[in-house]
Amino acid sequence: MAPLLEVRDLRTEFATDDGIVRAVEGVSFTVNSGQVLGIVGESGCGKSVTCLTVMRLNDPKFATSTGEVLFRGENLLTASGSRLREIRGNEIAMVFQDPMTSLNPVYTMGKQLIEAVQLHSDASKKQARRRALEMLKAVGIPRPERRIDDYPHQFSGGMRQRVMIAMALINSPDLLIADEPTTALDVTTQAQILRLLKDLQREFGSAVIMITHDLGVVAETADDVMVMYAAKVVEQGPVESIFNQPRHPYTWGLMGSLPRLDAIVERLDQIPGQPPSLLRPPSGCRFHPRCSYVMAQCIDREPALLQLAEDETHRQACHLDEDTKSREAAALLSKIAAGAAS
Amino acid sequence: MLFLAVTFVTYVIFFLVPANPARLAAGQSATPEKVHEVEQFLGLDQPFYVQYYRFLKRLVLEGSLGQSFLNRRPVNQEIYQAAPVTASLVFGAMLLVLCISLPIGILSALRPRSLLDRAAMVYVLIGISLPSFWIGLMLSYAIGYRLGLTPVAGYCEVFSVPEASPCGGVFDWGYHMLLPWFTLAIVIAGTYVRFIRSEVLETMTHDYVRTARAKGGSEKRVMTAHVMRNALLPLVTLIGLDIGLLLGGAIFIEAVFGLPGLGTTAVNSIFQYDLPVLQGVVIFGAIAIIIFTLIVDLLYAWIDPRIRLT
Repeated sequence: MAPLLEVRDLRTEFATDDGIVRAVEGVSFTVNSGQVLGIVGESGCGKSVTCLTVMRLNDPKFATSTGEVLFRGENLLTASGSRLREIRGNEIAMVFQDPMTSLNPVYTMGKQLIEAVQLHSDASKKQARRRALEMLKAVGIPRPERRIDDYPHQFSGGMRQRVMIAMALINSPDLLIADEPTTALDVTTQAQILRLLKDLQREFGSAVIMITHDLGVVAETADDVMVMYAAKVVEQGPVESIFNQPRHPYTWGLMGSLPRLDAIVERLDQIPGQPPSLLRPPSGCRFHPRCSYVMAQCIDREPALLQLAEDETHRQACHLDEDTKSREAAALLSKIAAGAAS
Repeated sequence: MLFLAVTFVTYVIFFLVPANPARLAAGQSATPEKVHEVEQFLGLDQPFYVQYYRFLKRLVLEGSLGQSFLNRRPVNQEIYQAAPVTASLVFGAMLLVLCISLPIGILSALRPRSLLDRAAMVYVLIGISLPSFWIGLMLSYAIGYRLGLTPVAGYCEVFSVPEASPCGGVFDWGYHMLLPWFTLAIVIAGTYVRFIRSEVLETMTHDYVRTARAKGGSEKRVMTAHVMRNALLPLVTLIGLDIGLLLGGAIFIEAVFGLPGLGTTAVNSIFQYDLPVLQGVVIFGAIAIIIFTLIVDLLYAWIDPRIRLT
């Protein structure tokens, strides 16, 4: 069966006053119907831009994209504006990071939900409103009949994100892109929103691309994982494979820095330094300035994204030899397991 | 409070001026005795705080602003005659300002750095830098005198046209107001173009605009329903405050075009040390500002759901 979304060698660059920023370089992935892909990485590594490019929501004045974004075989990068509008919000929908700013402050929730319905169907206002009420109930807004005519500022952050999710799913899209949907929320609300997304994903059967910098979220929700660093994919594969045999030092860093409730530590492990500026990315492997396994060739030569010998669905881009990688991964996993046990 | 402060300051400033209104009112050939008599008649022999108290008492008890020092006409009547002239100027010009600045501001926000945007920028600089009276005089000379398309100056009443007046009625009124409207509009619209452009540009970067696009809204719908609706909210404040401010008298433009509005009235009363009339104009201006600020606040409660009267 053909994949729902197939992205091939996607590149997006922005013209800025300081020069060209290559925010996404050669990213390829596929999402099958009903599956969840987690995209992980630190801030500014190109996760969001990748997804905005899929929906062509980057500002065309500054951004140019090449490659292919095949949605059911149709290349969205070359699709016409009107075709794109048919797809947006109807077949591919998006939930954004910050629910506080993503809703229009001067319209009621109902009006914004009804707009989403009526943009894609001939439903009457009454029908659209009924649909909006159904969705508000589905996302767990208490007393939706009363809340539907409230304005965004009358809702809490978690409730607004629920409404955003309701708005994204109101036309039963085949693909939902969730761009760090819980980052702006407090921890207890985060868990609720994630559970809601998971439940609704099962109910609606939508495929999901979940952008996050939290590997814990990925472990709970995703089928496949893609780890991005400085505009490039460094490791991708099925979630069990990535968590059981991580093969890239950056993935190790992300896993090692996960906070745990069941282990008492003085300080969390961290990856030293910060992600590089995409205006002037480092030579060779882009992670080399922060990598504790750096070798001479890492500085000169960029590692290719290669399949693992034992698992062809799992790919990684690192010069380290296989033995070292297996050993280090095993050490890291046992350390995490030991932390959990103590 | 504002009202008391405004009237009090006007009084103090007036009494700091080393001139005797009574001498002017009494005429050039008046004897010192005669001048003293006039002083007593006008109440100018009293200390200024007594005069101020009398003024307030009269205003509060009778609603009267007093009488002109010069011709004994009630100040209320002077203002009643001059205010409609200024109001026609201000409201007409404001309408023109919006007709000019809305399309230019929005279009240059949609295409920043385009030719239109740069041309608009040049216009804005001209509008902000050039004094209104110079623009007025140039327009009056070029269009009124050289081309003869409009009157050079003057005002025509719409209603209650005086017998001696050579013109009157809506058409003549509008015909005479054309140049003053354009002059005032050219001056003000510059700021508005800039304001609208930056508001629209700023609003377009908001997350909810991206949400609207992600929902599949057309560019037109995104712009009108989501960007404009939010971007133009602050414009209401600007318009309200400017109308209030200008109603106190657009002095330069009234002077250039010989409009008998509040600005002209104020200038004349200053030259003639006619305190009651000047005070009347100042009070009218203050009230206009207070009223229009109130209107803006009330409007906001209606157009911005985040603000509600409790």
